[in-house]
Amino acid sequence: MGRRTTTFGRIVRTGMLNFVRNAWLAVAAMAIMIITLTIILFSLIVNATFRNTVDQITDKINISIYLKDTVSEAQAKTFVDDLRALPSVEKVSYLDKAAALRAYMKQNVGNESLLKAINETDNPLPATIQVKPRDLNQLGQIRSFIEKPDNKKLQSDPASDNGDRREAIDKITHATNIMRRAGVVAVAVFATISVLIIFNTIQMAIFNRRDELQIMRLLGASTWYIRGPFVIEAIIYGILSAIISILLINALFITASNSLQATSLGILDISYSQQYFRNHFWWLLVIQLALGILIGAASSIIATRRYLKFKTPKK
Amino acid sequence: MVSDSYAIILLMILLDRVTKTYNKNLGSALDRISLHVEPKEFVIVVGQSGAGKSTLLKLLTREERPSSGKIIVGGIDYDKLPDKNIPLLRRKIGVVFQDFKLLPNRTVFENVAFALEIVGVSQKEINNTVPRVLDIVNLKDKASRMPRELSGGERQRVAIARAIVRQPKILIADEPTGNLDPKHAWDVIAVLEKINRYGTTVLLTTHNQDIVNKLKRRVITIKQGKIDSDRANASYNEKRPVPEARVRN
Repeated sequence: MGRRTTTFGRIVRTGMLNFVRNAWLAVAAMAIMIITLTIILFSLIVNATFRNTVDQITDKINISIYLKDTVSEAQAKTFVDDLRALPSVEKVSYLDKAAALRAYMKQNVGNESLLKAINETDNPLPATIQVKPRDLNQLGQIRSFIEKPDNKKLQSDPASDNGDRREAIDKITHATNIMRRAGVVAVAVFATISVLIIFNTIQMAIFNRRDELQIMRLLGASTWYIRGPFVIEAIIYGILSAIISILLINALFITASNSLQATSLGILDISYSQQYFRNHFWWLLVIQLALGILIGAASSIIATRRYLKFKTPKK
Repeated sequence: MVSDSYAIILLMILLDRVTKTYNKNLGSALDRISLHVEPKEFVIVVGQSGAGKSTLLKLLTREERPSSGKIIVGGIDYDKLPDKNIPLLRRKIGVVFQDFKLLPNRTVFENVAFALEIVGVSQKEINNTVPRVLDIVNLKDKASRMPRELSGGERQRVAIARAIVRQPKILIADEPTGNLDPKHAWDVIAVLEKINRYGTTVLLTTHNQDIVNKLKRRVITIKQGKIDSDRANASYNEKRPVPEARVRN
């Protein structure tokens, strides 16, 4: 075993020993870190859930344009091509009169009297262009294109879109934005508090062992040999907090689905959240661990820095 | 007088017009001190409290920096020593303190081993080296004791063992007998002499006139931050008393 390995092993062992000795001091540091990590984890999941809900609703939205029977195939094709050229349009499909009829009949299978009535008349359905927007916030562009007089005169009826969903989407988008903003603020606040508390905990540990550290310094221990165990100790806080926070979230979902007997809470789709959490468990755990380690390491390095400085002023 | 670089290499300690001022209003703790110590020398530094002995030692261990002047120890020029290499310097200098500075919750063995642990020596090598060093300071049979179970003299010998376990070229002993009764003080001095015979340069500060007189070594007297005298085979007599040395509380 090389000297570096031996030294690294000693640093890790001392750090773990210090963690055990410091356990009570560590409780406060870890509690606040758990809160921070739990908030981060929760906002990650809620964000993903909202995004999923919005995507699902967006997927269902389309605009139908009904063409006059007098419109020729060529005119219809030009219209379709023009629509495809719009940047906010994702997909355009064209149904001629016969196809529109087939689609309509398919939708109304089972409604015998309606089907019968339709069969008795000449095909009453207009040729239809269905437009799927790329982004909900750009419906306006598509709509104004459709309303242009040149295009307008091709249409038999006003274009329809399932606009009632817009409201739901607006609500969710709004909630997502608030969540995101509140999440950022909460994370910033709690991350700062946890850095400060870990900082304090480490400083207290340093104070408790200042004689030992002074002796280490005088015997020629390197900065990292002294600092290492404190950093390891704080990293252990981070790792444990990450694990506890992910267990907390897990428990939260189990309780939520058990006691509420519901798949959603307001606009939050709990069943999707749960599914997302389960599917991304390892990925989320890695994020939590990385954040915990980062917070622990950063605060302990700062806490030990001032203490470990050599006297450098020359005069 | 320090232009001969050959001489610098041969010297163990070189101080050239070293001044240390902590606070300009209070004057200098050390005032243009110049001294040379050769390898394997045994040098005693005497002087009353506040004369500048401690400052001198702190400059040698690089706990303090001189306000001006040059310090070269074991070939290392302190002006050219970056902060990050201070630990490397300290590993080459063994230091013994008046208050021992042992780790209270570690055994004698562990205290000595500690000096090796922090520089990455393997456990196997530690298990080999530490008993031999404890033997030198006559504490082999007390390896598993805690420091509180030892007498002052024994504790100081543990501290010496810790200081020499890395085989430094220089051992700096800052009033190692200051807290000890005469019998234990002589045990400690005997160990220092033994280490010196093995080839380590020893720099000892003391207040104990009896020790100074019996050792008959080179004695440097510091008075108000200046070297008052520097004589080989020195002893104190009525004509040259060190009365200050006795009034220390």
